[in-house]
Amino acid sequence: MLQVNNIDVYYGNIHALKGVSLEVNEGEIVTLIGANGAGKTTLLKTLSGLLKPKHGTILYNMQQIGGKPAQGIVKNGIVHVPEGRRVFANMSVEENLELGAFLRKDRDGIKKDLNRVYEMFPILNERRKQLAGTLSGGEQQMLAIGRGLMSKPKLLLLDEPSMGLAPIIVQQIFEIIQTINQEGTTILLVEQNAHMALSIADRAYVIETGRIVLSGSAKELQESEQVKAAYLGGV
Amino acid sequence: MDWLQQLFNGISLGSIYALIALGYTMVYGIIKLINFAHGDVFMLGAFVGFFAITRWEMGFIPALITAMIVCAIIGVIIERVAYKRLRNATRIAALTTAIGVSFLIEYTMIFFRGATPEAYPKNVLPEKTIEILGAKLDYKIIFILIVTVILMVLLQFIVHKTKIGKAMRAVSYDADAAKLMGINVDNTISATFAIGSALAGAAGVIFGAYYTRIDPLMGVLPGLKAFIAAVLGGIGSIPGAMVGGFILGIVETIVSAVGYSLWRDAAAFIILILILLLKPAGLFGKNIREKV
Repeated sequence: MLQVNNIDVYYGNIHALKGVSLEVNEGEIVTLIGANGAGKTTLLKTLSGLLKPKHGTILYNMQQIGGKPAQGIVKNGIVHVPEGRRVFANMSVEENLELGAFLRKDRDGIKKDLNRVYEMFPILNERRKQLAGTLSGGEQQMLAIGRGLMSKPKLLLLDEPSMGLAPIIVQQIFEIIQTINQEGTTILLVEQNAHMALSIADRAYVIETGRIVLSGSAKELQESEQVKAAYLGGV
Repeated sequence: MDWLQQLFNGISLGSIYALIALGYTMVYGIIKLINFAHGDVFMLGAFVGFFAITRWEMGFIPALITAMIVCAIIGVIIERVAYKRLRNATRIAALTTAIGVSFLIEYTMIFFRGATPEAYPKNVLPEKTIEILGAKLDYKIIFILIVTVILMVLLQFIVHKTKIGKAMRAVSYDADAAKLMGINVDNTISATFAIGSALAGAAGVIFGAYYTRIDPLMGVLPGLKAFIAAVLGGIGSIPGAMVGGFILGIVETIVSAVGYSLWRDAAAFIILILILLLKPAGLFGKNIREKV
């Protein structure tokens, strides 16, 4: 579904991604784990069109999408739920969700998906008229994911959905990610919480200072000594 | 009841400031640029209205709409030509460019038609007066007030109820997050310039119809005053710009009415200094959010 071949991405003069390649197949949950500053967010931003790769190709359903503008990529079904949630704090929950459906014209479909999001996150239904800025961190994360779902993603890019959340909320969010996947959306999950991420993923990549250093099935990586030492607390 | 009459004069001056201030505040809200050429778009609006009324013999409302359309187009051209490429430049570069665009418009106008003033025909708006509580009230003032209120309601509707309005609010809050929703940021910014400039154009025609005298440098002082109004209300805030415009218009009129008409312009700048000292975020300003 998605093939990233050897891309180089720069932030000004900083060479943030160095020859990164990775692949996501339809129906999978693939996770990308790595420390702060390793390049995880940069990779997602490049996939969603916020950054342009200098070299290399990004193929989505065999079409080159690297360097295309973000709105075209959303239209194609790649939806990025950004790090730090980035909800529109000055707008209501419902307005945020409506913005997720910005490019869609199918009113009935939008209505249906809105109800689906409210079903998935009943708390958002309770707070639909409330300003997004007044929600708790966990609720904002739910809103960010819900807003992403409103764009009708085929491939959902999630950037650190567990960041700053209590363990019980993290548990809840990860269950929802699995549900979304089971309903047919492919997921690329970026996480620092390697333990949680590997527990729900099919396959995984490990990124260090802009390079992919390890890849394999989630099980393999969970048992790899290298991963254990660096990301799973050395147990 | 002299004060009542002065109050109405203040309100009509305030409507003009408010309409111009809206454009300042909307543009600032979305690209964090003080568009100093905005006062000159107001001037162009006044001239388009003038030609529409005198050459093409339009009535006030058709002339107003024509000026709004022409100014909307001019606003978009200014943004595309001058500001778009500076979106990632330093703020001071964009600000300097805005001042440059302002001079360019003023002196291009003078180059092509000279600096002589024109006068709007007297009968653009009905010359009747009515009496309210003993105050003689110009029919014009009521008319201007109604037009202003309609435009403001329309603006509120666009910003809060339409798709483009929601896109504008999203982009002004967080442009990258807006892109991830599939919002075309460039088009949204253009729409903001179009709407802001159309309001300035409307203000130009209202100004011409009310004060009659227009000239190529007429945009300078009202432009600065409207900027002050926007700062007073809290730059970036739409209700703030409306309230700030009315307050400024009323204060200026009162200062003149009590006999200090030479201090009229100074009053506006004293307000600016006071607001920057005492409440820099303005009356309706939000606390500035630091992006990490």
